[in-house]
Amino acid sequence: MVKMNVNGEERKADVPAGRLLLDFLRYDLGLTGSKEGCGVGVCGACTVLVDGELHASCITLAVAVEGAEVTTVEGIADDDGRLHPVQQAFIDHGGFQCGICTPGQVIAAKALLDFNPQPTKDEIKRWMMGNLCRCTGYYGIINSVAAAARQSPLPPGEG
Amino acid sequence: MIDFEFHNPASLDDALQLLDRYGDDARLMAGGTALVLQMKQRFVQPAHVIGLRPLAQTNGLGAVEETGGALRIGSLCTLRRLEDHPLLRARIPLLAESVSRVATRRIRSMATIGGGLVNGDPNQDPPPTLIALGASVELTSPSGIRICPIEELFIDYYETDVRPGEVLTAVNVPVPEGDACGAYLKFLPRTAEDYATVSVAAVVSRNPDNTCRDVRIALGAVGMTPVRARAAEDLLRGQELTEDAIRAAAITVPDAVDPLDDFRGSAGYKREMAGVFTRRAVMQALSTPSTVPSPSMGEG
Repeated sequence: MVKMNVNGEERKADVPAGRLLLDFLRYDLGLTGSKEGCGVGVCGACTVLVDGELHASCITLAVAVEGAEVTTVEGIADDDGRLHPVQQAFIDHGGFQCGICTPGQVIAAKALLDFNPQPTKDEIKRWMMGNLCRCTGYYGIINSVAAAARQSPLPPGEG
Repeated sequence: MIDFEFHNPASLDDALQLLDRYGDDARLMAGGTALVLQMKQRFVQPAHVIGLRPLAQTNGLGAVEETGGALRIGSLCTLRRLEDHPLLRARIPLLAESVSRVATRRIRSMATIGGGLVNGDPNQDPPPTLIALGASVELTSPSGIRICPIEELFIDYYETDVRPGEVLTAVNVPVPEGDACGAYLKFLPRTAEDYATVSVAAVVSRNPDNTCRDVRIALGAVGMTPVRARAAEDLLRGQELTEDAIRAAAITVPDAVDPLDDFRGSAGYKREMAGVFTRRAVMQALSTPSTVPSPSMGEG
C-alpha cells in the first residue's frame, strides 16, 4: 500500500513497487492532468511537485515518495475554484496551443514564482527550458509566466 | 516495468544490512533519475531496490558542512540544493556552477551528487570539476569508511570502484587556495539541457610572477571515464602562463582522450574540441577569480 498527500488529501492505493508516480496519479487516483510525453524525464509534460520540489513523475517510483506531499495541476487553484495566477495568465496571454505540455508548464512556472517571485525574462527562460512545447509556443509561455510574476507580491524590502 | 521488491530503510545501518542480505540482487536508489530509467529500459533488473530518499535527514547525508579546509557534502544532497547552497556558492562557486549545468532544474531537484557518481556515467558534469578540485568520496560499509579520490572512482564505462556492501556517503571537496581560479566549460552545440559534446574543468593557481604553481585539468564525455589531462598539466606547471604556453599544453589533450562517435559528434571532432575547450577553459580560469562564479556558458 502506498500513501501520500496529493493536493491536500491523503490518498492511498495498493500498487506494485514498479508503479510510476505518473501512473499512480493518472490511473490509481484518476488525476489525468499530468501527461506522459517522452517517458524519460526530458520533456516536462509529467512535471509535479514533490515536497515543493520539481519532479519528473514519469521516472519517479510512487513507493519512493511514500508519505510525501505531491502537488499536481489539479491542486493549485483556490478551494473556491479561482485559478492560480499562473493558470489565469496562461489563458489571458496565450500560454498554450494544443495543451499537452500545459500542466507541466504551469507547475514549472508555479515552482519558479514560489522560488523567485520576480524573475527576469532570462531567468524565466533558463528555468522553463526543461519544459518542451512541440507547438513551439514558447513566446506565449514566457509572456504568460512574466505576466503571472507581475501579479506576485513583491519580496519583502522591494517595491 | 520489471517486478521487484522495494525497501525503505529507516537508517544507514538498515540500508547496509539490506545491501549485505541481498548482495548483487539489490540496487540502491537515491534520486532515481538514472536507475528508474535503466529499469524502465531493462538495462538493469534488480530483484530488490533500497530507497535512500528518507535517509537524507540522517547521518549528515543531506548536509553540507565545512571541516578542516574542505566541504563535506552528504551524498544525498540534490544537485538543486547544491546549486542554491549559500556555503557552496561562497566557498567553491566553480562546483555550484558546474552542478547547475546538469540537465534541467527538474532533474537537478531529483538527482543527488552521490547517485550521479556511483552511476559512473562519463558524460556527467560534476566529475570533471570534482577531479580538478582534488575531491574524494567516502564509502561506508559495515567494516568502516574507505576514502577514494574521485579520479580513481571511475574504472570503466558505467563502472566504479564502489565495492559490494559499500554506500557512498559523502563527497569531500578541498576549498581551493585563496588565489586559485577555475572554470568549467560545457560544449553544447545542440540544446542547453543536453550532455556535453566535450566538457573541461580547469583549476589553476599562480605564483606572483605569473608562473603556474599548480594546475589540474579534467574532461568529461571524451572516453569511458572522465579523463585527467596530465600531460597538459605537466607542460604548464612552473611555466609562465602565457597564451602560447597554454596553447602548447592544450594540443596534447587530443592524444589523451578516446571519445566515442555519437550524435553529438564524431570521435575525431570531439578529440579536436577537447583540445580547443581545454585551452579556453584554462584561459577563462585565469580571468575568473575563484570567489566569483564562472560564466554559465562556454563559447560555441
